[in-house]
Amino acid sequence: MNYHEPATLEEAAALLAADEDARPLAGGATLVAMMNAELVEPTALVSLRRIAALGDISTAGDGTVTIGAMTTHHAVANTEMLDGGQEIVRRAARVIGHPAIRNMGTIGGSIAHADPAADYPAALVAAGATFEVFGPGGTRDIAADDFFVDYLETSLAPGELVSAIRLPASPRGATSAYQKFARVDGDFATLSVAVVAAMDAGVCSHLRVALGSAGPTPVHAQAADAALIGTALDDDAVTAAAEILIHASDPLDDVRGSAEYRMMLVPELLKRAIAGAKEARL
Amino acid sequence: MSEPTPIALNVNGTVHRLFVQPWHTLLHVLREEIGLTGAKRGCNQGVCGACSVLIDGEVMRGCLSLAVNCTEREITTIEGLAPSGELSPVQQAFLDTGAVQCGFCMPGMIIASTALMRRNETLTDDDIREGLSGNLCRCSGYIKVIEAVRTASGRAAS
Repeated sequence: MNYHEPATLEEAAALLAADEDARPLAGGATLVAMMNAELVEPTALVSLRRIAALGDISTAGDGTVTIGAMTTHHAVANTEMLDGGQEIVRRAARVIGHPAIRNMGTIGGSIAHADPAADYPAALVAAGATFEVFGPGGTRDIAADDFFVDYLETSLAPGELVSAIRLPASPRGATSAYQKFARVDGDFATLSVAVVAAMDAGVCSHLRVALGSAGPTPVHAQAADAALIGTALDDDAVTAAAEILIHASDPLDDVRGSAEYRMMLVPELLKRAIAGAKEARL
Repeated sequence: MSEPTPIALNVNGTVHRLFVQPWHTLLHVLREEIGLTGAKRGCNQGVCGACSVLIDGEVMRGCLSLAVNCTEREITTIEGLAPSGELSPVQQAFLDTGAVQCGFCMPGMIIASTALMRRNETLTDDDIREGLSGNLCRCSGYIKVIEAVRTASGRAAS
């Protein structure tokens, strides 16, 4: 196994493109655990720790926030740069694993691993995030909705790295809520619901809802968003949206819950998340 | 098997020059190469917290850190908390409250508690539970552990 610590994204991408079994090393919280369990055996590791461009959180004049891929969960959980609906990302970061994991794990590593039970994927889909990707062909943007392709599979091409996560400016008045149902504190979600919503004169003017751990990728159904936008987010609207989300879900049966059980959680967690987002507005 | 990589690790203020493989975890190198066996190998998956160490002052997992990726960082193990043999305030509080049962989780518990106290000396029970949520005790002696950290926090505040 070879080990590299490139100083630039260009070098990192070249090293990854030259060896399809090389893996980028971000915080190590998942990759090293998988190596310890002999689930992966990379031929080379490309540590990203010396690439200075990957570590910052910044806000642009138009309200867009850019989070460098190597930003730890702890840094995201404690940043004050997120506004309105963007806070969904901070809410998710706060409930990832435990303190030691949040000190190590990174937002870029988490999304590139693409575990649908992780907290960031659903939250970033709900935020309408875009991922900045760097590869041998240069940079390109991938919408969060298009990034997650299958269980642990993304639309990254060989040699490509996530370099940053871009959150659009919050819709006016938007708030958020993240409902995570897990067996114990710090576990992966049995099911999670991320909601970003805005109300205008008692009527929902913006809403994006995404489910985590409800299928091989985050579950986002535009029909569910549409069933809520233009309503007062009343119980009937929430029930209708939950039905749509259940039909869009395809959860796993695993140790954290059966597929059937996960589907049963959808209406209740959606109800709590919508109530939480409405409460956060006051 | 590839050629071992030469590295220098700063552990408890001492620089160790070693040859390691890229897949060697910090925990492995601490225990097997440097001979510091305070950090324990429990799950080797980042779940149990027995391998907790401080890296640049923050609690992290020795088993999820690769030694090659830890150069130029300050690593503190449980052995580094009492270099002269005099117990740290957190260690003393654990001793005074009888928080130690079999002891296997203790290096991790004390390292995590030390990191917690560095961030905030005045801790509520919720802060303590949250701060130690990544450290498992198979003896299930959590009540005394919380009491120990509460004691250390109270002493620091007074």
